[in-house]
Amino acid sequence: MPEQSGWVVVLRGGDVVDATGRRRADVAIGADGRVEAIGPDLDPAGTSARVLDAGGCVVAPGLVDLHTHLRQPGKEEAETIETGSRAAALGGFTAVVAMPNTEPAIDCAAVVREVLELGRAAQLCDVHSSGAITVGRKGERLAPFAEMAALGVRLFTDDGSGVQDGRLMRRAMEYACGLRVTLAQHCEDSALAAGGHLHEGEWSSRLGIAGQPAEAEELMVMRDLALARLTGATVHFQHLSTAGSVAMVREARGRGVHVTAEATPHHFTLTHAACAGYDPVFKVNPPLRTDADVAAVRVGLGDGALDAIATDHAPHAPETKELPFDQAPPGMLGLETALALALTELALPIEQVLALLSWQPARIAGLTDAHGGPIEVGRPANLVVIDPAAEWVVDPTKLASRSRNTPFAGRHLRGRVRHTLLHGEPVVIDAEAQR
Amino acid sequence: MTQHLLSIDDLGADGIVELLDLAEFMAEVSARPIPKVPALRGKTVVSLFFEDSTRTRVSFETAARRLSADVMGFSVGTSSVKKGESLRDTIETIAAMGIDAIVVRHGSSGVPWQVAQWCDASVINAGDGWHQHPTQALLDCYTIRAELDRPFADLHVAIVGDVKHSRVARSDVDALTALGARVTLVAPLTLLPPSLEGWSVEVSHDLDAVLPTVDVCYLLRMQLERQSEGLVPSLREYTSCFGLNAARAARLPDHAIVMHPGPMNRGVEIAADVADLPRAVITQQVRNGVAVRMAVLYWLLGSGITLGGGNVIGASAGGSDA
Repeated sequence: MPEQSGWVVVLRGGDVVDATGRRRADVAIGADGRVEAIGPDLDPAGTSARVLDAGGCVVAPGLVDLHTHLRQPGKEEAETIETGSRAAALGGFTAVVAMPNTEPAIDCAAVVREVLELGRAAQLCDVHSSGAITVGRKGERLAPFAEMAALGVRLFTDDGSGVQDGRLMRRAMEYACGLRVTLAQHCEDSALAAGGHLHEGEWSSRLGIAGQPAEAEELMVMRDLALARLTGATVHFQHLSTAGSVAMVREARGRGVHVTAEATPHHFTLTHAACAGYDPVFKVNPPLRTDADVAAVRVGLGDGALDAIATDHAPHAPETKELPFDQAPPGMLGLETALALALTELALPIEQVLALLSWQPARIAGLTDAHGGPIEVGRPANLVVIDPAAEWVVDPTKLASRSRNTPFAGRHLRGRVRHTLLHGEPVVIDAEAQR
Repeated sequence: MTQHLLSIDDLGADGIVELLDLAEFMAEVSARPIPKVPALRGKTVVSLFFEDSTRTRVSFETAARRLSADVMGFSVGTSSVKKGESLRDTIETIAAMGIDAIVVRHGSSGVPWQVAQWCDASVINAGDGWHQHPTQALLDCYTIRAELDRPFADLHVAIVGDVKHSRVARSDVDALTALGARVTLVAPLTLLPPSLEGWSVEVSHDLDAVLPTVDVCYLLRMQLERQSEGLVPSLREYTSCFGLNAARAARLPDHAIVMHPGPMNRGVEIAADVADLPRAVITQQVRNGVAVRMAVLYWLLGSGITLGGGNVIGASAGGSDA
């Protein structure tokens, strides 16, 4: 038995679940924010440890979001790093990767530093920064990968748009290989998708709004798989939304191409029919697609074609979602509903859901030193305690995000975050943020 | 509950027929020496046009005045909208003045649905984006019924041209198919919606083959910018394949009529001499538009009648004869 007097937090009564399996165990955390003891009946008597009830719960490595728009700097009316971090903690995330489409874009060391600093100040989750692939996300010349990588940036993306120029993308992949960083692509052929506000098909035709075809995504998936094979680089596909994309990734991985891919909760729960009432809260990019696409994304998450669930949390101030559908910005909130949607909607065991939300994305983001488990003595205590049976209803007014654009208002969900621990500190207790 | 006219789907076949019957009575009112009844005295109708449309606006305002409603025009070009006011704030401001109906035209599909959520007045869709223009469809059905005098189920209507970007086409397809007519869309694939799932229509790319079989040849306006968007190689080529010239018009059955929602591009989708043929009923469409819009306004703002409740409409409107 280790030195008990140093325990500051004990999670009692839960089942520990990580990539190594499941066992009944309490977890004790020391003052250094690391796991100090794991065992079926840890006795906190004689310590000053705070005991948090995990009865009936799963104690798991904290969730990791590969795809979060925190909007700061530039769009603080929609979200700040602090409010977004709070939403993340409440959603069970202990690490998020901030997307670079801020104003200014995260395309140099100075902006990376700013984002990291604001994240540290908020102390609600580990905020990691992505870096833009091209300067200003303009798709014209490479951003300084090395100076951003030196600050810890591991994922580069022009998210919000894809890199259109195949030659430039090839150079980016070659250059990335030398730095051991990963390129993440928002797959969208901008010429084919131009002017499209929802999925091109039955509903775009009926509603009289220009759509973007599935092929706009699939063409770039196809191209980047070819470029990844050519260069030997690792490519990560963001928010895949079509059956064709999922099939191509599955097939390419079989051929040995270094590829990983994520999908969002809204792409495995909602279809383009949701746009029938013209509510721009259902406008998102890539757009909500068909039943067959939703089914393919679910299958891909289940059979390993897709590696991660990422939120694409995209806050927008309320007035911007009160514009006509074709003028409103695309994007939906996601951090506070992702886990529960996965538990409620995917017919997968919780171990597999956690793989998709924690250790697999941690690996893609290069965060395995501190995130994604396993839960072992000496590891940083970035943990989430999940009550898989808790039922709740999504109420937009109660979300911690500064914005309200969730497409899941009123939805009944099962599974809720009870506690979240960031480096040993309980930042969420009994579903309440502690700061 | 406040009633709106947002799309043809709101009406159903019976609702369409009732409104056409009511419009016949309104046409009779319009033909009187003093074409005005006090049916909507004390009601206020606002026309809110975010997109220019002289003919639709004048038609609605004329209809409202013939029913003695007060009409307020909200001119977007000189209003606070130009100063960056949000759509919602604009609607709530107008609604706060105490109004009974808003006639809204907007370049973005779906705006009338948003407007209906933000105010208590009846909303009449006077055209939203590429989506719906229900009173146009009603006046087209009215005109077809008046000119051809045969059941819709026996009619074949060709809708020719830029269906993809046309709210007129979407509304007419909904109304005509609801009434049982056979509808064929005639256009190159670039000018058709990407998916026709759920549309009870046939498609042809060969106007010459279709013309001898139709009772109505409905020509859509060909926007000049479709050429620069690369949807057709040139307007000249469009005209040679899909324009209705005199030789093509001669292929129509004798009784068939030619329709157009206006404004026409003479020489593009319709040759000048065809537009002036007796079978071209384009001015009748405009005239009927006033009667149809009177019917819609009376239905929404009149004596609280609901469609499907029998023909009390004509009777009560008749009772308010000035």
